[in-house]
Order: sequence, then structure tokens, then C-alpha cells
Amino acid sequence: MKKNAFMKQLSATPYYVWAALFIIVPIIYVLYYTFTDANGSFVLFDNFKIIEHYSSTFLLSLMMAFIATVICLLIGYPLALAISRTKPVTQKILIMLVMLPMWINFIIRTDSIAILLEKNGLINQFLSIFNLHFELMDTRFAVIVGMVYDFLPYMILPIYSVLTKLDIRLVEAARDLGCNAFQALVKVIVPLSVAGIISGITMVFVPCVSTFYISQRLGGANTYLIGDAIEARMLSISADYNKGATLSFVLMILIVVSTLIMNHYSDEDETGTAGGFMA
Amino acid sequence: MKNIIVDLKNISKSYDGETVLDNISLYIRENEFITLLGPSGCGKTTTLRIIAGFETADSGEVFFENKILNDIPPYKRNINTVFQKYALFPHLNVYENVAFGLRLKKVKDEEIRNKVKEMLAMVNLKGFEKRNINTLSGGQQQRVAIARALINDPKVLLLDEPLGALDLKLRKDMQNELKNIQLKTGITFIYVTHDQEEALSMSDTVVVMADGKIQQIGTPTDIYNEPKNAFVADFIGESNIIDGVMLEDYKAKFSGQVFECLDTGFKKNEAVDIVVRPEDVDVVSLDKAMLSGIVTSVTFKGVHYEIIVDIGGFKWMIQTTDYVGVDEKIGLYIEPDAIHVMKKSLYSDMFGDYSSFSDELEKLSDATEVIEE
Repeated sequence: MKKNAFMKQLSATPYYVWAALFIIVPIIYVLYYTFTDANGSFVLFDNFKIIEHYSSTFLLSLMMAFIATVICLLIGYPLALAISRTKPVTQKILIMLVMLPMWINFIIRTDSIAILLEKNGLINQFLSIFNLHFELMDTRFAVIVGMVYDFLPYMILPIYSVLTKLDIRLVEAARDLGCNAFQALVKVIVPLSVAGIISGITMVFVPCVSTFYISQRLGGANTYLIGDAIEARMLSISADYNKGATLSFVLMILIVVSTLIMNHYSDEDETGTAGGFMA
Repeated sequence: MKNIIVDLKNISKSYDGETVLDNISLYIRENEFITLLGPSGCGKTTTLRIIAGFETADSGEVFFENKILNDIPPYKRNINTVFQKYALFPHLNVYENVAFGLRLKKVKDEEIRNKVKEMLAMVNLKGFEKRNINTLSGGQQQRVAIARALINDPKVLLLDEPLGALDLKLRKDMQNELKNIQLKTGITFIYVTHDQEEALSMSDTVVVMADGKIQQIGTPTDIYNEPKNAFVADFIGESNIIDGVMLEDYKAKFSGQVFECLDTGFKKNEAVDIVVRPEDVDVVSLDKAMLSGIVTSVTFKGVHYEIIVDIGGFKWMIQTTDYVGVDEKIGLYIEPDAIHVMKKSLYSDMFGDYSSFSDELEKLSDATEVIEE
């Protein structure tokens, strides 16, 4: 028994090392820079003064991420539901197609959206047949498109994995008791897939709110998000780790708070928040 | 006679080229407790699902109160279902599960409250309103499922192996309760089970199914005493099914002897299947015997002994209260009314010999049945 327990410990060691190196240590660094000045001496709230300067940037980031998440949910939920109702073989193929873009580098994916939206991009080339032309690039619209495209699979997969496990008999019971198709969706299917919805929302919202490449590549000067601000603080010539870390810290707090709020609502659901796919 | 409420006419259904229902016709009267009985894969559940509206028949018609029902979706049918494994909504408590149907009909809150209370009282679950579904035992969940279906005042209640997941003792209690509920409410029950004892003890009418066909429809006593073919005789209770010849009316020959019987209407010298129930054979002294054989095994069953007797190479099962020893030669006596003669069928020679019989096997096959469905 003892030996067994030891082996268990041992086999988990790489994970602990990994977690310590790439999760714990960076967070400690963020905290260190947040609460020190350029000379390394402790300051309590000095660095936070910068937030005032960035409040509109925070607000814009949250709003853009919120819109992108809602759109992902509106597209992702029906899609996941439709996939989960097909034959097992078809399901495998469709889920494969959903995951396929995730195999391609994030930057390439975002660049490819740019190619579509450019002044002489595919969309405008097509529209030129009808003598139409739209300035799509460097707009907030383009950023939303990029976010939705890049993160949609993260919405679909957890919802799908909950829906495939949903007992079809429960839907039949609802129909039997007088639900039409829509009522069965609202009264039974959606409430029983809350766990998947919550983890989908989390997995889309978090990367959206902190992204910087999408906004730089597609949003131009029009869309300066908090991710861009952090990047600028960290990587520019006049790098200021303390201010950058403070912004990251605040963003982290915001994300934790929104996750907690969401989990609070999902607690009413007995199946928990793990959402199958995550686990 | 009561009116016919559900009428199935020439229903056929197949999945991926495999026939599940083969030209089924069946009518069900108001207030009737009817049971579809058969082994798994016989098409009984599919028949139920066609009545409920979860499946559509490939051909044939379903009538409900003389109106054709084929294209009516489940939620517009005045029929409710008690599902196998209950299918209760895990996100709702007992009260909301039971109230589900009435909420959809926009019934007033107060009326819902009264009816839920009444229903929970009927299924002996008073005070369980606030309970979470997952904290209930199997039997309690079953009761909630029944209350949830009955609150909608259906004309017909469909029950798909509702007691399959319960242990034996509880199952017996629930059988009585279900029967009482049916008598009290007067609702037509269509009940699906593979448990022949359950079917015999609860039903007004039993429909025995196998291979997508109806084998026999009748009252429990008819089905037991006058099985139509070897399948029914074997599936319902224990039976010795022996090859025989009907010499003339009232005279059957089997096991090398001519027996007096009560059956008529066969051709002269027609080959037939003879059924003799194990409890209908008397063990007698050899000088009074009609047949004799060697005892090959004896099992004590409490009320009686179950013995296997080799009579000319064919193994009979006989239930007797007198002890006999293994390898003993015993005499047997069969009364004329204990002999039942059946026409030859597809199922002749497939059943009825106890040479490979063992209790253990019997239980094993029962167990797989439960797991499969």
C-alpha cells in the first residue's frame, strides 16, 4: 500500500513541477511587480493609479469579450445541439471539423481572417461584382469576427460533450408530458446543459478579454484593448514591468470575479461545473 | 363490452432492414390492463413507442378513439408514459416533476398544488414535495414517475418495464399498488414486461410477442392453460413439450402411449405438440403408472421438489411434494385435462426438453434480459 501511494506521488511530480514553474512562479512575479516600484521597493497602491488612465480600455475589453461570447453562444449552442443529435459516426466527423481549426496556429488563423476582410480581400472582391465596397478592416466589427472565429470551438466542445451525455429519454418524457419541440428545449435540454454552457462561456470569455493580437491585427488604432496595453507596457522600449504587471493583476481579478459570478449561477445545477470536456 | 380505445392495424416497423414489428394488429379496450409480454427484442417496447408517438410505423395505422393517430406528435396525444428507469428531470424537485405537465397547460398554481398533493398521496409519497430526485430510492422514483404521468389525466397510461430496476420484494408491492391505482382511476394501462409472472398476476389481457409477431392474445388463465404454440407454452411457466400424434378427437399418442385428452378439431393422425405442465403430473406406484422413467435430478424448492425424469430419452420436469431419490424408477400418471394439444409451429422442437436444464442457466438468461433493455 505504502509503495503504491509513493508511486502515485512520484507519477504526479512532473505535473507539480510544471504547475510550479509555469503557473505559480509567474503569478508570484506578477504580484511582486504589482506591489513594487522600479527600484524594487514595496509600494501598496501606487501602481494602481494607472487604472484610472485605462478604465475605458478595460471597459472596452470587457464589452468586446462579452459580445463575442454571446455570439459564440448563439452560434455554438444550436450547432452543438444539432451535432449531438446526428448518428455517432457523423458526430465524430463533425466534431473533427469543429476542432480542425484549433490545430492551426492562432496567428495564422487571425491573419487569414484579415485576408478575408482586407480592402482588396476576398469579401470585397466578391462584393465588387455588385459594385459594393466595405471598409471592414481596422474596425471593432473585424475584432469581433476574429474573436468569434478563433474561439468558437471552445464554446461548442464543452456544450456538445454535455449534450451527448443527456439522456434522450428525458427529452421524450418532456414531449410525452406536453412539451412541443421548443418547450422541451427551454424546459429540459437547456437547464440540463448549464454546466457545458458555463464552461463554454468561461473558455471563450477569458481569452477574448485578454487578447492583443486579434485587436492589433484586425482592429487597428480603433480598438485598443487591455491586452494591447499590457503588451505595450511589457515589451515597448520604455518597458515598465510594474505598470504592466498591475494591469495584468487587475485583469486577473476581473476574470476571477466574473468566473465566480457565473459559477454561482451554475451551482443550482446539480451536475456541477466541470462540464465533461474540461475534465 | 367497453369501447375500443386504442386500435393497431397491420403495424410493421423495421430498423436498418431488420424487421422489428411484422404486421401487428391489436385492439385495446377502455379500462383494460393489457400487458405486452415477450423476451427482449420481440418488439414489445417498439409497439409501446409507436402508441406513445416516439416512433412512427413504416406501415399500418394507429387509431385512438377511432381517430387516426399516426402523424400526431406525442405532446398532442392524450397518452402518458412511465419510462423504464423513470426518466425523471434531475434539475427539478419532486413537486416540480409531478407538476410539469400541468404547468405546460397553464393550470392555476392553486389547482396544481392540490393535484400534486393528491397524486403524491395516491403513490404514498406525502411530504416528499421538496425532495431532490437524486436522493430518492428506486421505488420512490418509480412512484414519482407514476404520479407525474397520472396527473395529466391520460386516457391511456403506457408503462415500459416500470418495475425492472426494483428488487423482488419491492416489485411485488409495486405490482399490487399499480393494479390498485389502475382499478381506482379506471385508466387503460398498457404494460410492457418480460416477466411472465408479473404479466399473469396483474393483467386482464396478456399479449405474448416474439420475433416481431403476436403469438397469442388472451386472459392470463387462457395463456397459461391453453398456449397456442410451443413458444408461448415455454415462455409462460414451465412446460414439457413433447412430439405427439392426434389419433382422433380425445385421443393423443406420445411417449409411446395413447392418452385420453379433452382436445378436438385436429386431422386424423396429425402431428402435434403436446404440453404437460410439471405440476399436473402425479407420481404414482409403477403398477398404476401410465408412463415410467428414471429420476436424474432432484431439487428442493420449498413448496415442492422439482425433479427431472428421463422417459425414453426425453427429459421431463415434474413438480411433486413426495420425495423421490435420484436413479429411482418412478411411475407417472397424467389426467386427461392436464394434457394440452397444440398445432405444430415454427417453434416446435425448440423448447420443452429439460435435458440441458439448470437453474443457474435460467437465472443467467434472466439477468442478461434485464441488463440488455
